[in-house]
Amino acid sequence: MTFRDIASIIVLIALLASVPAFIAANTVLNFLVFTLIIALAAQGWNILGGFGGQFSFGHAAFFGTGAYAAALLQVRLGINPWIAFAIGTVAGAAVGWVIGYLSFRSGLRGSYFALVTLAFAEVLRILANAATFTGGAAGVLIKLDVRPGNFQFESRGAFFWIALALVGAVLLLTRWIERSRFGAQLVAVRENEAAAKALGVDTLRVKLGAITVSGAVTAAAGGLYAQYFLYVDANIAYGTWISVEAILAPIVGGLGTVFGPLVGAVALHGLGEITKLAAGSVPGIDLMVFGGLLVAAVAFAPAGILGLLRRSARSRGGARHA
Amino acid sequence: MLEVRNATKRFGGLVAVNQASLTVEAGSITGLIGPNGAGKTTLFTLISGFEKPSEGRVLFEGEDISRDEPHVRARRGIARTFQIVQPFAGLSVLENIAVGAHLRHAKRSDALARAESVGQRVGLGPELDKSASSLTVAGRKRLELARALATEPKLLLLDEVLAGLNPSEIRDIIPVIRAIRDEGVTILMIEHVMQAVMNLCEQVYVLAQGRIIAEGAPAGVCDDSKVIEAYLGAGAADRLKREKVHA
Repeated sequence: MTFRDIASIIVLIALLASVPAFIAANTVLNFLVFTLIIALAAQGWNILGGFGGQFSFGHAAFFGTGAYAAALLQVRLGINPWIAFAIGTVAGAAVGWVIGYLSFRSGLRGSYFALVTLAFAEVLRILANAATFTGGAAGVLIKLDVRPGNFQFESRGAFFWIALALVGAVLLLTRWIERSRFGAQLVAVRENEAAAKALGVDTLRVKLGAITVSGAVTAAAGGLYAQYFLYVDANIAYGTWISVEAILAPIVGGLGTVFGPLVGAVALHGLGEITKLAAGSVPGIDLMVFGGLLVAAVAFAPAGILGLLRRSARSRGGARHA
Repeated sequence: MLEVRNATKRFGGLVAVNQASLTVEAGSITGLIGPNGAGKTTLFTLISGFEKPSEGRVLFEGEDISRDEPHVRARRGIARTFQIVQPFAGLSVLENIAVGAHLRHAKRSDALARAESVGQRVGLGPELDKSASSLTVAGRKRLELARALATEPKLLLLDEVLAGLNPSEIRDIIPVIRAIRDEGVTILMIEHVMQAVMNLCEQVYVLAQGRIIAEGAPAGVCDDSKVIEAYLGAGAADRLKREKVHA
């Protein structure tokens, strides 16, 4: 990786980091933190789905594991929330590896893989909803105790910066993947698995690596969610909503690109908020916007917003040459 | 270098390859010919590891590799091309070749440099930055060849790399294949284009209905009555001989 590879990431993160200096409104920061959490979950999905072509419909399994681990370890076992967050991330990686081992080992691909991941997430949701250790349907409440050492902050700005730092770290990680042998092999698996094998790619190992990293990143998003809202239950943590969010953002932003998930999450939720403001209190209006955007993206911009921008930049460049 | 001993492959009740044995000497170009459906490509999948033999063994440099996965065989130095080309369609030509180059080069820049030189060598120089899906059939065949070569193999398995090419394209690519051999890569090729087989191969095996029915130098094999009958039907060899006498 050269400096040029990461310059755009550094500039973008620096720009975003200055936002709280201009806008102090809690509603805006709230929106931004939530969008960053979604972006982080989507970045995790993008490593496996965008680069590796393995479409998971069950990233809630990782998000929920990260969220529950962060909440339960501090509430039930009194572990420091920062450490609980880290353990949650590792737990997400472990769940990713297990799901990957079971499904890739038996050669599941395409829609079969998607269905199995969906099933895993649903099983975890039902278990979390039933077990007493997880607080059952009542969920887990994290006690309010505002101390930085306790991963709770007076200002929302601090939380925003932490979420942004994590998103930035994953942007760098994704850039590294894009420029590495692992990434080249992962993309090869996406494009043509048989050809990849013939060229000496250990496809099982590459896919397992991708789902493990993917699980860790999405679990970190879950841990962040728990720490921000201080409450987790089965339908939030393991709910289908987050699986869908994690898929939508990269598809709208640009599958298999470094910035795609972030761009997609900001576009989707930005537009959702604007319509909510404009349409007043029509329930579910933002979801209709999501649906419309998805249809538009798939029909007119299969490479997402970033693909669209790149294409228009190229055609403008071409016009200049002519 | 490569030895297939009594390999048999069954798919349910169908015996695709039946007790086939062949030997490929290091540094040679060996041909594998036979009528459509003879089992040539199946025999290739047994050698490259995409299928495991039901019976028999595959030995590479004296070691039994019959149970090795394809990527392990690639690491040992066996590379194959696909009869039906399998490009990474979403990637550029250079990136396609780089996937192969990554087998022996961990660093991205090394792999790209290696990919570029291999691409030049097979005549894809002007196409390197184009999308693989934009290549013509001849270009895709060259891409198959380049990707396989980029893994720096000891043994190269070519599955009909000339099929679908026009005569001038064939003329262009034959020297490329010969040059690859001259640099020390052993080649085993399935080929229907007899002009190329006669031109390139020192040793030819003929497969028909899953069995090896003849082997030897290309010229001798072509006169073999069993081979003529495998292609043209029973009695064809006699008829040809009679026609020759009358002429």
